[in-house]
Amino acid sequence: MNVQQDHNLLEIKNLKMYFPITKGLLRRKVGDIKAVDDISFDIRKNETLGLVGESGCGKTTTGRCILRLYNPTSGNIVFNGTDISSIPEKQVRPLRTHMGAVFQDPYGSLNPRQTARTIAGMPLIIHGMADRKDLSDKVAELFGLVGLDSSMMDRVPHEFSGGQRQRLGIARALACRPSLVVCDEPISALDVSIQAQIINLLEELQKNLGLTYLFIAHDLSVVQHISDRVAVMYLGRIVEIANSKELYANPLHPYTKALLSAVPIPNPVIEKTRVRIVLKGEVPSPAHPPTGCHFHPRCQLATKDCRDDRPLLRDVGNGHEVACFKA
Amino acid sequence: MTVLLNVENLKTYFHTHRGLVKAVDGISFHINEKEIVGLVGESGCGKSVSMLSVMQLIAIPPGEIVSGSAVFDGRDLLKYEPKGDQMRAIRGAKIAMVFQEPMTSLNPVLTIGRQTTEMLELHLKMDSQASKKRAVELLKLVGIPEAESRLDSYPHQFSGGMRQRVMIAIALSCNPKILIADEPTTAVDVTTQAQLLELMQEMVSRFNTSLVIVTHNLGVVARYAERIYVMYAGRIVESGLSEDIFLRPVHPYTIGLLKCVPQLGETKSERELVPITGLPPNLINMPQNCAFLPRCSYHTEKCRLEPWPELHSVGEQHYVSCYVDTREIT
Repeated sequence: MNVQQDHNLLEIKNLKMYFPITKGLLRRKVGDIKAVDDISFDIRKNETLGLVGESGCGKTTTGRCILRLYNPTSGNIVFNGTDISSIPEKQVRPLRTHMGAVFQDPYGSLNPRQTARTIAGMPLIIHGMADRKDLSDKVAELFGLVGLDSSMMDRVPHEFSGGQRQRLGIARALACRPSLVVCDEPISALDVSIQAQIINLLEELQKNLGLTYLFIAHDLSVVQHISDRVAVMYLGRIVEIANSKELYANPLHPYTKALLSAVPIPNPVIEKTRVRIVLKGEVPSPAHPPTGCHFHPRCQLATKDCRDDRPLLRDVGNGHEVACFKA
Repeated sequence: MTVLLNVENLKTYFHTHRGLVKAVDGISFHINEKEIVGLVGESGCGKSVSMLSVMQLIAIPPGEIVSGSAVFDGRDLLKYEPKGDQMRAIRGAKIAMVFQEPMTSLNPVLTIGRQTTEMLELHLKMDSQASKKRAVELLKLVGIPEAESRLDSYPHQFSGGMRQRVMIAIALSCNPKILIADEPTTAVDVTTQAQLLELMQEMVSRFNTSLVIVTHNLGVVARYAERIYVMYAGRIVESGLSEDIFLRPVHPYTIGLLKCVPQLGETKSERELVPITGLPPNLINMPQNCAFLPRCSYHTEKCRLEPWPELHSVGEQHYVSCYVDTREIT
């Protein structure tokens, strides 16, 4: 783990992102989808923070708020010492040279009519970091970085395999040499045998370029492998955050425990003796989240306190934080 | 143990405008009574096509079942007309299937009740009252709360996990001998996946049904399957008891698959992932020799020159199609 003494590249404080629910012809507001409901965390320089949770828990929304693809409802996003949560759109654009994004679907996130050169080079053109003359050289360099052959520059995305497309997506994210890269489910659309290639590439790039990652995924074993620390989200809130070894060895939140026990392990001997905690019911709607602790209707330990009050994240030592009264 | 379904030398080809795709190219497998079998492979390896072939659900053309037999209950299913009465009496009633995407496999304009009772009325000749009663029982069994009132709901009013439960209820409604689950949990979250897999295991043991889990995720079958078939590029490359496949794999592809997935509890400092280099093959105009050869780190001159090796025994119920004995190397 990188111990770059307390130097936080990113600090999120009480971030909220609500999407209005509208009704009728006049689009009257009748409620909110509380996609992200008051979360706080830090990412240190050169660190990988994993963000896990099931679909709809708000992990992608969190990533998009950080990239300022959404304007957060409230809260602070301090990037490199500056609060970027509410700066005007004009000032956001230069900021994006410091941030990259890799998306889940390498089929949907690359323009099918553009050549690989244009796709990977576009950020350089937009930010005036390359002109038409040296674009090819710079893109070739990027291709080398992500393990693509520079002879493929004039091809269009459908001529690439899934793994190659994701490499192209990574090349684009790195074009402006960002310090932070938000990876939103970068491998879940890929074949199993290709996933490891991309994981290893991301780890290697981090080492060589000193990158900081926010790694968003639903697959806990992948997140745990790549991350230094892992934050677990449930229904818009972070329920537990710990270093990745600790989270596995000593999970404290009942939801984390259930999530860990649900992840299949490719070893029948371990699997057959493992106790699986099967959660009852389903994730409630973020439009009408439960009172108190969001997890209480599905929690076996829940008491009256859990229904009435929201447990806040508290440190239990070693940077391990958990939001549960019972843990 | 009685063999329920015995498939021999199944070949399913697709005639496309770009060439002949040998999606399934000579596979043999069997399913025993009350057994849970895993069929594992990456997308495009032919695992779904092999199951659809047995059910005679392949679109002909472009597809064609070129050769093979699938003997169920003493009769070869592949001899039946795909749309004939004999096949219809098997499909759904004796061998049932649960598909990956419950939104597209349930009819969006029919109620859940209509879709659950259809099978009962068609195969078991129940009247509408009896079938309704049975449908409620089945839905309760798979954990649909307030089943009576949900009969009139439509699929879009259910969540993904609930829809898959309905699919399981429909599939089990005629008490089939074999349930084929084709990537049943790929579209759902990991906690829902656990719910569904536990449910399926409970259901098949209650109904004395054999279960085939088709998946790309090795982890999913580790807990449940007794035997596993590993497919690559239209062929079975390794088969054996679950423990042999996971703990003593012999085929380089199986070894590679296990080394390239992160295991829960291991961080990057403890074990580096070893990716399988290269890409899965294009199934159009495949070479005669082993399709895994370009990605294989064990290959020898023989692999290059000889045709794709046949499966041979390397232990009790453990078969591998490879010229190299990786056990001697490592």
